[in-house]
Amino acid sequence: MTTTLETKAAKSSSVPKRVRTRAQARTRRNVLLFMAPAFLGFLIFFGYPLIATLYYSFTRYDLINPPQWIGLDNYVRMFSTEPLVRTAAYNTLWLVIVLTVCRVLFALGVASVISRLKTGIGLVRTLCYLPALAPPAAATLAFVFLFNPEFGPVNRFLNLVGIDGGLWFNDPAMSKPALTLLVMWGSGELMIIILAALLDVPAELHEAASLDGAGPVRRFWHITLPSISPVLLFGIVNSIIFALQFFTQAVVAGSAAAGSADVAGNTKYIGAPQNSTLTYPVWLYVQGFRYFNMGYAAAMAVLLFIVSFGFTAILVRQMRKTAHQEEGA
Amino acid sequence: MTLLTDTPRPTSSLPPRARRKRAWDKKFYWIATHAFGIALGVIFVLPLVFVFLTAVMKSDQAMSSSLWPTEWHFENFLEVFKRAPLLEYFTNSIIYSTLATAGALLSAIPAAYALSKIRWRGQTFFFMLTVAAMMLPPQVTIVPLYDLWVRLGLTGTIAPLILPYFFFDAFSVFLLRQFFLTIPKDYIEAAKIDGCTEFQAMTRVLVPMAKPGIAATAMFCFLFTWNDYFGPLLYTGENQENWPLSLAIASFRGMHHVEWNLTMAATALIMAPVIILFVFAQKSFVKGITFTGVKG
Repeated sequence: MTTTLETKAAKSSSVPKRVRTRAQARTRRNVLLFMAPAFLGFLIFFGYPLIATLYYSFTRYDLINPPQWIGLDNYVRMFSTEPLVRTAAYNTLWLVIVLTVCRVLFALGVASVISRLKTGIGLVRTLCYLPALAPPAAATLAFVFLFNPEFGPVNRFLNLVGIDGGLWFNDPAMSKPALTLLVMWGSGELMIIILAALLDVPAELHEAASLDGAGPVRRFWHITLPSISPVLLFGIVNSIIFALQFFTQAVVAGSAAAGSADVAGNTKYIGAPQNSTLTYPVWLYVQGFRYFNMGYAAAMAVLLFIVSFGFTAILVRQMRKTAHQEEGA
Repeated sequence: MTLLTDTPRPTSSLPPRARRKRAWDKKFYWIATHAFGIALGVIFVLPLVFVFLTAVMKSDQAMSSSLWPTEWHFENFLEVFKRAPLLEYFTNSIIYSTLATAGALLSAIPAAYALSKIRWRGQTFFFMLTVAAMMLPPQVTIVPLYDLWVRLGLTGTIAPLILPYFFFDAFSVFLLRQFFLTIPKDYIEAAKIDGCTEFQAMTRVLVPMAKPGIAATAMFCFLFTWNDYFGPLLYTGENQENWPLSLAIASFRGMHHVEWNLTMAATALIMAPVIILFVFAQKSFVKGITFTGVKG
C-alpha cells in the first residue's frame, strides 16, 4: 500500500506542472458537467425557496396582489392572537413525542423478535414490511374502516375479550392514538433497518458474555444497545422529522371519519373531530393554500424550519463522520 | 477467539439431567420465539386481509359486523371502475411515477458519480446539503415553490410534481452515492487508463456494475411518487382530471359514503401494484432500506 502511494507521488511530481493543471481543469469541467442539473435543482428548489420563505414571512401576500411588507406582524399573530396555530402545534408536539417513542420501541421490539427466529426470518420480515408499502391515503382509509365504531372488526375483537372499544377516529381523545397505531403498523422500514443492525451484532460477543454469566437484560444493555445505537439515533431523528411533517394520514383520517364529500377542496372536515387531527403542517397548508394567507404560512414554515433543522443537523453531523471515513478508505 | 474455542463447552461438563433440561429449554425457546414471530406476521397482515374480505362482500353485509363474506362478489373490483374514472387516475399515477423516476435516475446517476468517484473541493459540503434537503419537511419550502409554479402557469398540471426530479432528487442522489461507494474506484481508474472518458467510465463501467443499486433507487422513487399525497393535493387538487390514484382514493369514500365494500375494493386496487412490485423485487428493497439507515 505504502509503496504504491510513494510511486504515485513520485510519478505526479515528475509530471510537468502544465499537464497537471490541465488535468485539474478537465476534472473541474467534468464535475461541473456531471453536477450541473443537481446544482441548478438545488438552487431552484431548495436554496431560493428557503430564502424566499423568510422574505414572504415578513409580508402579506395572497398570490394576486404583490407582497406587502408588514414586518413582524405574522409572527406576532402566530404567537399571540391566532388560536388554532396553538392547537396545531400542540397536536404536532403530541405526535413528535408519542409517535417517536411508540414507533422506535415497537420497531425495536418486532426486530428483536424476528432476529431470534432460526427459520422463516425472510417470510416474517416480508409480512411485517408489507403494510409499509401501502399508500398512506389508502392505509388510512382502511384503518378508518377497521376502527369504525359501528361494525369495525377491531371493536368486535375487543368486545370478544370484554373490552368496550371506543369511537377511535370519531373521538377527539382517541383520534391521535388511532393514528399512532396506523403509523406503527406501517413502520416496516425502520424495523428492517434495526433488524439489519441487530443481525450485525457479532454472535461471539453474546456467547462470551453469557459464558461470563451475563443475563439477557445485561447483554442487551452492554452489547446489543451500544452496537445498534447509531441506527437507533437515526430511527429517533427520522421519526421526529416524520412526526413534524405528519400530513396525509391526518387529513384523510379527519375527512374520511367525518364522511366528507370532497377531500381535496373541502376545509370543513380538516382536523375533524374537533381539530384533534389538525397538525401543524395541515394548518400551514390550510392557511397558505385554502385561505391564501401566504405570508402567514411562510412565517409558520420558518418556525417549522428552525425546529426541524435542529434535528436534521444531528443526522448531518453523524453522516459527516461516516462520509469522511468512506472517502478516506 | 482461540480462548473461546479452547474452553470446554459448559453443557458437556453438566450431569445428564441438567443437560436434558437445557435441551428442553432450548426447544421451548425455539417454540416460543417462533410462535411469537408467526403471531406478529399475522397481526401485520390481518388488516390487509380484512380490506380484501370486505371488498368482496355485498354492500349490506359490509355494513354489518360479519367478518367472512357469505357470497363472494369479485365483480366489485370491476364495479369501482364504473363508479369513478379510476382508469384515468391510474394512468395519471403511472405517468407521474414513471416520468419522475426516469428524471430522478437521469439527474442523480451523474451527480452520485461525481460525489463518489471524482474528488473535488466542496464534495462533502454538497453531500451534506443533499442530506439536509432529504430530511427537511417539504412544507418548509412550499410557499415560494407554489408561487413559482403559479407564475409559470403550471399549477393544475402534474408538471410541478415531475420537473424537479429531472434536476435534483435528494433521496436518489443520496442512495445512489451510498451504492456507488461500495464499487471499488479501481475499476473506474482502469477504464480511464484504457482510454475511457469520465462519462464513458460512468456509462460503461459503473452503471452496469451498479444495476442492483440503480434498480433499488428506481423502486423507491416509484413507490414514493405512487404514494405521494401532499404534492398532488397541492398542485392538482383543483383539477380533478389530473388527480393520481392516491388523491382520488381519499375522496372515493366521500363520494360513495355508504358503500364500504366498494371503498375497500378501490383501496385494495391501489395497494396491489406496490405489493406486486415488492413481491418481485424484495431483495433490492431490503438492501436499499438497510443502506439508508446503516451506511448513513
